[in-house]
Amino acid sequence: MAEEKEIKEQEVQEAQEVQEGGEKRGIEKDTIEIAPGVRQIPGAPVIIAAIDKIINWARAGSMWPVTFGLACCAIEMMATGASHYDLDRYGIIFRASPRQADVLIVAGTVTKKMAPIVRRVYDQMPEPKYVIAMGSCACSGGVFRTYAVAQGADNFLPVDVYVPGCPPRPEALLYGLLSLQEKIKKETKRWGCWR
Amino acid sequence: MNLAVEELQKKFPDVIREVKKGDCLTLICGREGFLEFIEYLKDQKGFVYLIDLCGVDYLNYPAKNWEERFEVVYHLYNFEAKELLRIRVRVPEDDCWHYSVVKLWKTADFFERECYDMFGIEFKGHPDLRRVLMPDDWKGYPLRKDYPLALSEEEEWEVYKELVKKNKPKR
Amino acid sequence: MGLAVEVNKKQVEDSQWSEPFYINMGPQHPSTHGVLRLFLELDGETIVNCDPRVGYLHRGVEKLAENLNYNQTIVLSDRLDYISSAANNVVFALAVEKLMGLQVPRRARLLRTIVSEMARICNHLLWLATHALDIGAMTVFLYCFRDREWLLNIFEKICGARLTHSYVRVGGVRLDFTNEIIDDLYKFTEVFPERILDYETLIDVNRIWLKRTKGIAVVSIEEAVNLGLTGPCLRGSGLAYDVRKYRPYDAYNEVEFVVPIGKNGDTYDRYRVRMEELRQSNYIIKQCLDKLPETEGEPVLAEGAPDLLLPDGLKDVVPKPHPKLGAIFKAQPKQWAPIGEAFASIESPKGELSVYLVSDGSNKPWRWRIRTPSFIHVAAIKHMAKGHMIADLVAIIGTLDIVLGDSDR
Repeated sequence: MAEEKEIKEQEVQEAQEVQEGGEKRGIEKDTIEIAPGVRQIPGAPVIIAAIDKIINWARAGSMWPVTFGLACCAIEMMATGASHYDLDRYGIIFRASPRQADVLIVAGTVTKKMAPIVRRVYDQMPEPKYVIAMGSCACSGGVFRTYAVAQGADNFLPVDVYVPGCPPRPEALLYGLLSLQEKIKKETKRWGCWR
Repeated sequence: MNLAVEELQKKFPDVIREVKKGDCLTLICGREGFLEFIEYLKDQKGFVYLIDLCGVDYLNYPAKNWEERFEVVYHLYNFEAKELLRIRVRVPEDDCWHYSVVKLWKTADFFERECYDMFGIEFKGHPDLRRVLMPDDWKGYPLRKDYPLALSEEEEWEVYKELVKKNKPKR
Repeated sequence: MGLAVEVNKKQVEDSQWSEPFYINMGPQHPSTHGVLRLFLELDGETIVNCDPRVGYLHRGVEKLAENLNYNQTIVLSDRLDYISSAANNVVFALAVEKLMGLQVPRRARLLRTIVSEMARICNHLLWLATHALDIGAMTVFLYCFRDREWLLNIFEKICGARLTHSYVRVGGVRLDFTNEIIDDLYKFTEVFPERILDYETLIDVNRIWLKRTKGIAVVSIEEAVNLGLTGPCLRGSGLAYDVRKYRPYDAYNEVEFVVPIGKNGDTYDRYRVRMEELRQSNYIIKQCLDKLPETEGEPVLAEGAPDLLLPDGLKDVVPKPHPKLGAIFKAQPKQWAPIGEAFASIESPKGELSVYLVSDGSNKPWRWRIRTPSFIHVAAIKHMAKGHMIADLVAIIGTLDIVLGDSDR
């Protein structure tokens, strides 16, 4: 106990010395401070930003939703995927299995009986995964303020994009998907599951 | 009216309590002897098609002049005579059961399960009476008049409450 | 195909070397048309027993309606059978009109008929698209959606919404048709029969389609009536029961049309019945459009229809009349329904949709019971799937035309 205290006191002393302009040690030597408390290896952003751009471009350009139509919004989702408002040109292919998908579009009313199953499907998806709450019922319960309806999918899922409407027009869903693309493009350093 | 109501009343005096003629012929019946009555209607009188079977809760109904709280309503249809018949059976609250007509119409299976699920009326003779619309371990009968429309936090269903507690994202 | 079913049953009976195998076709499945859960007991690939479990889309609509005005409930009824919303609105409006004793003007009845038949075409197109997609014909999906988009555009011009219309009100309809809508509809009725031929050419005599639909889920007339099947499922077996002919409502007693029936009661016959119904719907729309000029200038809302927009609390607000919107802002005395009960049923695209309404003298229903065809058809899966294989089960779900919003309410 006494030894630990001594080591801690030593470290505090060293940090204080460095702050006062003494000789730089360890991590302080190789890095520069870009913001209070944030240190970065000089020249690293060249690599990080490039990798980020490529990975985000790949992810945003091929978002594969899992077919999860619950109620009326499912019909508008199907209409968005059909020939008139084509989704295939955005790289969006509907996959039946959650293990092969990376977007969950909760389209329709989530009832309390269905909520554990939605959560289970979400848990089965591999990272990185995103959730779009499509329709007023998935955003906040919609018209149905009753005993059997979960008041919004965000009670048990982390939602990225909310698309309101009852049901939202196919253009509205497309706008929601494009907003999700922009959100993906803003991510940094989300390169693997170990992050 | 093709259906001879007087003949029916003579044949089943204890079952039929009242006859009304609104938008269609309505017979208000009691529970005893009901099975024979409805079998007679189906086999002898040609009402082969059961359109609907539902329950109604009359708690605090303003125009109520009878005792029982629940009613089970049947709508029968006769294809040849093109006639619609409504039968209302009164079911008391403390003795909440009724005879099942599953043997006559297979379609009554899901109707009666739904009536049990929503009102708590048990159907004697039903092979598999369990909840159909609500989850199996739901407490309470939602369509009764004393059941709230939206549940408060304490009355919430256990499985959903735990799901939210574990998974609600923090803002 | 009948022989094949018997052989399977025999295998099932004296299979001492295999045990039943339980599999769950869960609520999330690409072919179950929504959140339907089927608990299957299998012997190899053959289904011994099938337990449909519904309730995953139960929203408590019947209880919610007991707290809403009659006109507010119309909005709720849209979301039941969300593929053909206009039909649900019509049945509810009919029940309330019977209770209140309202006389719907002729123009409104014709408009309602047009909208109901448009909804029928929309429904059958989507049914064909998903049924064919499940069985494997993907081109039909894209073709059907092309025509459906046309109709949805017209719906948007009529009432502002593509899917959940709320166009029909208690006592009539919301707004009159403009000339642009009538022209669009005329163009549609001229082009549509060729489109139906397109779909039929794709699958009618296709060997795969025939093998997957002929002889599957054969139902006799007595069994169909006992199971409670209605609509094209019952007519595919041979009984010509159509509510539009037996208990006519709206303008159906003014138009001529034919009710198609099938012979064998299998999936292929039900498919043919629905394709013929598409043609009949087209013909009905054309006849109604021809009759519209006779009713020029009539109101589209009955006298004494309940307040359109004002909910309970805003009794003191005096609405201003608007030159173009007309009926909405006309100050109407609030109509409260008399104490009593009413039953109304219509031929919805899926079957017989009926409403039983009990009123306690206020402006809210005491009990609003909807008998939906999908609820009963889901129950019928159990009886129709015995002895078939899982691949046939997908065809059976498609042919029964199930929508879970309709089934669970």
